[in-house]
Amino acid sequence: MEFDRGQSSDPPVSFSPDAVVAGFRAIPELLAHDAALIARGRWLDVDCLLGPSTRPFHVAIRAGQIVDMAAAPVLMRSWRFAYRATPAAFAAYWQAMPPPGWHDLLALTKRGQATLEGDLHPFMAHLQYFKDLLALPRRNGFGGAS
Amino acid sequence: MNGFVEPIVGRYVHVEISGETNRIYFEENGSGIPLLCLHTAGSDARQWRHLLVDEEFTKNFRVIAFDMPWHGKSYPPESQYGSEYRLTTASYTATICAFCKALKLERPVVMGCSIGGRIVLNLAIEHAREFRALIGLEAADFQQPWYDTAWLNRPDVHGGEVCAALVSGLIAPNGPEAARNETLWGYKQGGPGIFKGDLYFYRVDGDLRGRTSAIDVNQCPLYLLTGEYDFSCTPEDTLRTAASIPGAKATVMERLGHFPMSENPAQFRRYLAPVLQDILDKQNS
Repeated sequence: MEFDRGQSSDPPVSFSPDAVVAGFRAIPELLAHDAALIARGRWLDVDCLLGPSTRPFHVAIRAGQIVDMAAAPVLMRSWRFAYRATPAAFAAYWQAMPPPGWHDLLALTKRGQATLEGDLHPFMAHLQYFKDLLALPRRNGFGGAS
Repeated sequence: MNGFVEPIVGRYVHVEISGETNRIYFEENGSGIPLLCLHTAGSDARQWRHLLVDEEFTKNFRVIAFDMPWHGKSYPPESQYGSEYRLTTASYTATICAFCKALKLERPVVMGCSIGGRIVLNLAIEHAREFRALIGLEAADFQQPWYDTAWLNRPDVHGGEVCAALVSGLIAPNGPEAARNETLWGYKQGGPGIFKGDLYFYRVDGDLRGRTSAIDVNQCPLYLLTGEYDFSCTPEDTLRTAASIPGAKATVMERLGHFPMSENPAQFRRYLAPVLQDILDKQNS
């Protein structure tokens, strides 16, 4: 009855922190080429803090498009909510076949690899948008085949 | 395949539950041992459509799936319009038993998923003699909550969108896209507050910790199958539950999540086939 794949907190894939940051930096360009995802977020205007917990980004979204993304901290810039995950979590989340328990934004919060803070309304009202947005580096084959 | 008519038959049956008649929609196909299938919270019996047309299974099993009151094509009971829907252990159990009685099902096999898997455990505790076998999918005596259900029913968040988006992560990656979309469509179509009301049973009223050790699988065999990608009812939750029930058979299913029968029917049947064969073998021995 041993089964520990879902509970281990060890990084399930190898990665470099710089590669995770680079993967995150690619998100605006990937989004710009995804008309369907932009359309899903057409009612969304929000300033939020997203990315690796070690090096997050201020992200400004207007009508579903990222109009500005700047490495935090930016002096006196506010945000409505923050979703930050460990670099290991993003590296796992971006695998073509993510490991069980590392495959969803809320799976990561449940296992303690990500935090969700602030006013959650824009995040929850546009939950599928944010799940798909933060999964975009998966399409770039981050980390190769898993 | 233009003009192909599936062998599933859908009908309504009037079922008295707790003193009130409910008009319940159900679908069925096949003949033999009755196999009653229970859908997940906030969805409906369409989740079982692939099983209902499985030619191998329907040779030996009369597969039946019904929409719970308030779900799918089963309306709420007349007296309860305007009231907050809340599923409880008692009301869920009463509904299943009443449906079986209304259709005169003789010691059916019951297979439920998620809340259906949880209630299967309660059937094993309280009604084992009435069933031939019980199959719990994504079933555990309890599991840790992972979000606030208040988000599921409020006027400033689209209920269908948030319900579907929440459960989307419970589907294993890289399954058939059409099956994923169909699974989520059920959540987009649920009535206001119905998913949340089902989760009242799951989160608040249906904690079975400490009670499952009363299950006697000699009276009624119990099978538990959980997808490796289910982070709501995790494999660990199911295995912990199975460990408290001597003789219960637990299996972790690869490349499946919380909705095995609808998110990837072909992968699911690989795990279900030996279970149904085991039930058939017991029947014939």
